[in-house]
Amino acid sequence: MKKTPVVTIVAVGIGAALFFVLSRFVAIPSPVPNTNISIQYGFLSFMAVLFGPVAAALMAFIGHALSDFSFGWGVWWSWVIASGVAGCVMGFAAKKVNLADGKFGGKEIVTFNVVQVIAHLVAWLAVAPVLDILIYAEPANKVFVQGLTAGVANIVTTAIVGTLLCFAYAKSRPAKGSLKKEN
Amino acid sequence: MDNESTAVVFEDFSFKYDAQSEPTLKNINLTVRRGEKIILAGPSGCGKSTLANCINGLVPFSYKGEMTGSVRIFGRQTSEMSIAELSRYVGTVLQDSDNQFIGLTVGEDISFAMENDCVDQDTMKARALNAAGEVGVADHILYSPQELSGGQKQRVSIAGVLVDEVPILLFDEPLANLDPATGKSAMVLIEKIRREKNAAVIIIEHRLEDALYCGADRIVLMNDGRITADLPPNEMLCSSYLNINRIREPLYITALKYAGVELKPEMKVSSVREIELCGEDKAKVVRWMESVPAPEKKPERETIVSLRNVSFTYATGKKALSDVSLDIKKGEMLSLVGKNGAGKSTLAKVICGFEDSTEGSILISGRDASEMSIKERAMHIGYVMQNPNSMLSKTMIADEVAWGLIARGMSKEQASKRSEEMLKVCGLYEYRNWPVGALSYGQKKRVTIASILVYDPEMIILDEPTAGQDLGHYTEIMEFLKDVNSRGVTILMITHDMHLMLEYCERSVVLLDGRIIADDKPENILTDRDIIEKAALKETSLYELAIKCGIDDAGGFVGTFINDDRRKRGHE
Amino acid sequence: MNNFFNYIDRPSPVHSLTGATKLTCLVLWTFAAMTTFDTRYLGFLIVLGIIAFAVSKIRFSDIRGTLLFTMGFMMLSAIMLFIFSPEHGVEIYGTRNVICDLPGKYALTKEQLFYQLNVILKYFASMPVVILFVSTTQPSEFAASLNRIGISYRIAYSVSIALRYIPDITKEYREISKANQARGIEMDSRKISLMSRLKNAAAIIFPLIMSSMDRIEIIANAMELRRFGEKPKRTWYSARPFRAGDYICMLLCACLLGITVILIKINGSRYYNPFV
Repeated sequence: MKKTPVVTIVAVGIGAALFFVLSRFVAIPSPVPNTNISIQYGFLSFMAVLFGPVAAALMAFIGHALSDFSFGWGVWWSWVIASGVAGCVMGFAAKKVNLADGKFGGKEIVTFNVVQVIAHLVAWLAVAPVLDILIYAEPANKVFVQGLTAGVANIVTTAIVGTLLCFAYAKSRPAKGSLKKEN
Repeated sequence: MDNESTAVVFEDFSFKYDAQSEPTLKNINLTVRRGEKIILAGPSGCGKSTLANCINGLVPFSYKGEMTGSVRIFGRQTSEMSIAELSRYVGTVLQDSDNQFIGLTVGEDISFAMENDCVDQDTMKARALNAAGEVGVADHILYSPQELSGGQKQRVSIAGVLVDEVPILLFDEPLANLDPATGKSAMVLIEKIRREKNAAVIIIEHRLEDALYCGADRIVLMNDGRITADLPPNEMLCSSYLNINRIREPLYITALKYAGVELKPEMKVSSVREIELCGEDKAKVVRWMESVPAPEKKPERETIVSLRNVSFTYATGKKALSDVSLDIKKGEMLSLVGKNGAGKSTLAKVICGFEDSTEGSILISGRDASEMSIKERAMHIGYVMQNPNSMLSKTMIADEVAWGLIARGMSKEQASKRSEEMLKVCGLYEYRNWPVGALSYGQKKRVTIASILVYDPEMIILDEPTAGQDLGHYTEIMEFLKDVNSRGVTILMITHDMHLMLEYCERSVVLLDGRIIADDKPENILTDRDIIEKAALKETSLYELAIKCGIDDAGGFVGTFINDDRRKRGHE
Repeated sequence: MNNFFNYIDRPSPVHSLTGATKLTCLVLWTFAAMTTFDTRYLGFLIVLGIIAFAVSKIRFSDIRGTLLFTMGFMMLSAIMLFIFSPEHGVEIYGTRNVICDLPGKYALTKEQLFYQLNVILKYFASMPVVILFVSTTQPSEFAASLNRIGISYRIAYSVSIALRYIPDITKEYREISKANQARGIEMDSRKISLMSRLKNAAAIIFPLIMSSMDRIEIIANAMELRRFGEKPKRTWYSARPFRAGDYICMLLCACLLGITVILIKINGSRYYNPFV
């Protein structure tokens, strides 16, 4: 794909739209009754690797805010900001992992996952609960338990879905001259 | 030397993308003047889109590469201009009208370029309304893209470049996503704009017959990065260049050739309305019609899908199907036609169980479909989406085909054995360990069909199996489907392509506003003025040829052509 | 039109405010309501919200679904709050008036009840503006509004693109997921393991992502070919001029935030304490 400033702007818009669609309409039941898995963070980690920290932060922030708006009951800013932070930190994997070249082997998988784990820990165990306390004056133990639950779930989802998406994308870009017909 | 009427000049121009080892364009020489209309045709991958991108500046500003020779727009080298500067001379209408429509409403999208130029709002609104009027969408200025048909979206795209008063207009496959009647009016609109603005018009299109509807000054053929022919239409159609470059010639030309008529440029062959045939030529056509034997009748076969008084209303209250009754027989190859929004896709979805019919009954192989889940129905009726990329999830072809079987509980060994057999049948076995991304469009389509055929369904439904494909891919996909059909699988195709109807279908069902208005042989439908008009089809040029030759039974004439054509292509 | 955001087209004074005004008011009002824990002031904001509703001609039936959903969410949240921090109210207000003892270390205190009442009031105080904003602002005016309140037009346009393509992408997602369901591939069933659910989900959304990549490229081309990003500014077809009403509303909402700040000064904290 080409790289121009306009591509990044469009990627933020389309990325936010996908983030929205995945968080609103994809219902994968989680092991906890009546709760769904947030597959959008798996997608976000993939986009972050392709488009970098700024684009990923914006698409997560916009996508999450629009999703909250569309539920109609108000925007939970602390978590919207935390999503943006998660996207931003994930984006630092872009420097080490170059999917466009079709390379996503052992080393890249480890880098990708280390970065995503850090991203989720920062977002859900630091940013979200601290903002919850500052903005909403929520009790500390409640917000940290909520953050921990979300963080762990998102780490697992991203580890599976994000890794698979990166892997599939890298595979879809064939290295030249490597293909032979087999009988 | 260029003068002020010389819009575009390519001189010994070559271009190689940075990511590729071979040049995509080789030694191009081409001149287009103001007021001229040229049709640029060639098989997929011949470089015609790259050529267009060299004119509008996407090459080299967005897609980097090495160029030699020169491209000049009104005497100025494009490499010395910016993409923004070029856009004031060249207006581009992309093939994908959904993704070119960026604004949230018609007015906004038409004004997009003016917004970027910081035009003040009052001027902008007046100019947008004016441009909307020129293309006939002024009544829809507040509509969102989701409320418009493909043809209307394309008109909005055209209006969006007209606001710039550009002297050069570039159309990338304007007919690819339109129904035949809409395509015809698109060509009329383009011609009107060319005349009013004295613009240089370049149309990239491989559907030559439809693109020639309003005439053209030249047809330029490309193949493998080179211009292989550059002739006025009359001369081009009499040459052998079209066949050599795998471009489909107009049907009436093929018919005249079958009849043994010798074509000369002075006969004005580029338009079936203007073509001059002498008495001897007409007699040849009549004799040919009489000489072709009628095909054998196929025996009547059992019904596999039966719809009785089926109606469907969307949750939004929009009634999409009313009182549809239809019997589909085993081993048939039939098409479902009608304009956008007529209910074709809805009908397919209702049959497959993606949507539940609100009234009426559906029997699948004698069983009441309302008792069957989507998954169960899929064992009988497979659905193939229009875009193969929407259905390909796995990176390896063999995995893709086996995936559904494994999900249905088959063991891995069994599934891979079964999918290997299927890959052999589909001619994909030698690619089994290739990543899907390395396949051509036609091959991808075959993979998606293979991944449906592994369930051994009695029938498959395909949504626009060949939309936007060149003759090579079209033939590859359709011959493959014919082969599948000959093994007893019923095939139902949703299509806008009248060639497809004529060449491959024995029956066509026409939908209008959710009702069936005709169910007949394609040759009878495409010669029935009333149905053609209602369903936004376009009458085949064979019909006009029949009238020209004094043949009353136009349906019979088209039937003759189909038989002879199938026979001749079968012997190829 | 774009019914994910429930825009209700019914002319009213609130509809006639510019999107930029409503967005500014939304931010000011929510901050005012989120920051304060002064019960009296929250009550005042709720009354003000209800008045705004009446002016906007939004009917109760238009928002009933949203309201019920919110109630459910609030109940759940209130229970969670109590389970995790039954003594949070006591900590805040500094007194402990037990109403009754509950099993374990739990006890119901007046302070906790009052604290949780305030939390619920905060929801009700900030909800009306969000609903009003969503149901009276045309999506196409939204990007222009963002730009107007100082956000770069490039980012504002990203938001516009998101709004433009959400319906298309939703439709595409539904088609892909139906086609896969027909093939027997599921992700929403508890019958298969969590791992398979996630693997299937990744496989199902992969084509959607690939087609979105193509989409990004084509849209970017279409935008570059019409000079997006050439200049440091741009104008907007759907922007609307500010009128007196716009300035009055923004001033009013700025005052609301001002009152919150003043109340914090007067109360000595974000809380209004009736227990001392």
